Amino acid sequence: MTEATLTAALSDHAPTANRWRFVHVVRRNYLVWRKLIGSALVGHLADPLIWLVGLGFGLGSLLPSIGGLSYMAFLGSGMLCYSVMNSASFEGLWSAFTRLKMQRTWEAILQAPMTVADVVIGEWVWAASKAMLSGIAILLVMALLGLVESFAALWVLPVLLLVGLAFGGLALIVTALAKSYDVFTYYFSLLLMPMMLISGVFFPAEQLPKIVHYIAQIFPLVHATQLTRGLVVGTPLDNIPLHTFVLVIYAVASVVVAIWLVERRLAK
Amino acid sequence: MLSVSNLNKRYGDLDVVKNLSFDVPSGQCFGLLGPNGAGKTTTLRCCLGHTKPDSGTIRLAGLPVPERAREARMRVGVVPQFDTLDPDFTVTENLIVYGRYFGLSKRECLARVPKLLDFAGLTDKANARIEELSGGMKRRLTLARAMINDPAVLFLDEPTTGLDPQARHLVWDRLKMLLNEGRTIVLTTHFMDEAQRLCDRVAIIDHGTLITEDAPRALIEREIEPVVVEVYGEGVEEWFNEHAHAHSSRAELAGDTAFCYCRDPEPLMKTLESKPELRALRRAANLEDVFLKLTGRDLRD
Repeated sequence: MTEATLTAALSDHAPTANRWRFVHVVRRNYLVWRKLIGSALVGHLADPLIWLVGLGFGLGSLLPSIGGLSYMAFLGSGMLCYSVMNSASFEGLWSAFTRLKMQRTWEAILQAPMTVADVVIGEWVWAASKAMLSGIAILLVMALLGLVESFAALWVLPVLLLVGLAFGGLALIVTALAKSYDVFTYYFSLLLMPMMLISGVFFPAEQLPKIVHYIAQIFPLVHATQLTRGLVVGTPLDNIPLHTFVLVIYAVASVVVAIWLVERRLAK
Repeated sequence: MLSVSNLNKRYGDLDVVKNLSFDVPSGQCFGLLGPNGAGKTTTLRCCLGHTKPDSGTIRLAGLPVPERAREARMRVGVVPQFDTLDPDFTVTENLIVYGRYFGLSKRECLARVPKLLDFAGLTDKANARIEELSGGMKRRLTLARAMINDPAVLFLDEPTTGLDPQARHLVWDRLKMLLNEGRTIVLTTHFMDEAQRLCDRVAIIDHGTLITEDAPRALIEREIEPVVVEVYGEGVEEWFNEHAHAHSSRAELAGDTAFCYCRDPEPLMKTLESKPELRALRRAANLEDVFLKLTGRDLRD
């Protein structure tokens, strides 16, 4: 084959080379997940159910209602965000790092006609999709317990996707910079756990000193819980554009930075 | 098929690739040889568009790299130095999932799988998990995976490192099949017998610079005397100082062995007759001798 006909053949290939290439990466991760479906479903369903029922009944029976809301309803709507955050972070940290460093999966993908952006966006979308499953599982449990107000609660699904994208993107930034798994423990213990405590997941953030309350506004989780709680159990919803805007900014900015960092890391 | 001119790449203060140029015509097997750290892998990475050179131009499969590297890789297969197979998938699944990255449908991949498994000698292992495969099988599967898009050019980074002789010969055999089909191969290796066996042309690089480039046989004829006598045993140093330089065009003592390169070994062999304690091995010069002459015997770690 001469180079001229080769170039011609290549331009014929152009249609397959579009911006949806990241789907191949999502699909690869989905196929692996499907193989481990048993443990995956236990993680998605049993785990939040035990937390919700355990904490909700145990602790909830000791507590008065919170702003007219039963503790179970308060906790459930917080757990929705918390478990999406957890699941997206775990996927973007430990699992993505395994594919980057241990299994060299990304390296293999990049030998094909794929780019770093395709790989990182694929991981980002996958982390958020998988995290949404955790959210949907809790939503189902809450519906079964009669805690969901109406079908309007389904509006929470796009919010959960945004939460997953925001935390998935942040996790991928940490992964791009990580030398080993150790740093992930710091990220979880020193950033995500404190963030959870000041963002109104398990108790109303208003309990905390004003200054802490303001600091919490910088982080995405408080905006996620505000939106989610309003949509699912009907607490007053205000500042919808602001909450959404913060989540969108976190989601988009984090993935852009993650792509840049992974490009830098792999170009060496 | 691949053309590299005036390639430069520096990391910090270190010139990893310096003004490197070479051409690989279609259908040839081209070997990049050099000691560890010579810049072989960096050169390959530049050719595939994974590392951006500081200067120089590269054309791969008719396209400029790195600008259109992604499209060029549509027609390229790569066997990396380290195992990158997907441990969560079976042998067949590895091929299908990889084919998707080239935009191939599952149906198209499945149609290609039996031929690829046959090529890799893995038909019996179609549904085996990766951890069940031996090192040689993994390398052959990686080669089969690199063929999923029916590439015109194959890049192999040390394709037989870590394999036993049986496995190496099988890989060589498969690479020869690919060359017979008219494909182009670019490989790096530090096994000189491998390069001599497979490559139409080899380039020897060291410290990022091209030292020489030619057909292996031509290099041996041009760069080195045709016969090598290796001498070792009790008192080799004494014998070396007395006779080696007198009867060979070039001689060196490396550890306990004297290497004497000569056109006519007879006078040298005569000096050994009275020294039964010395053992001598007389052989034809090979690519390894050329390599050691040009890059030296110092360790590169």
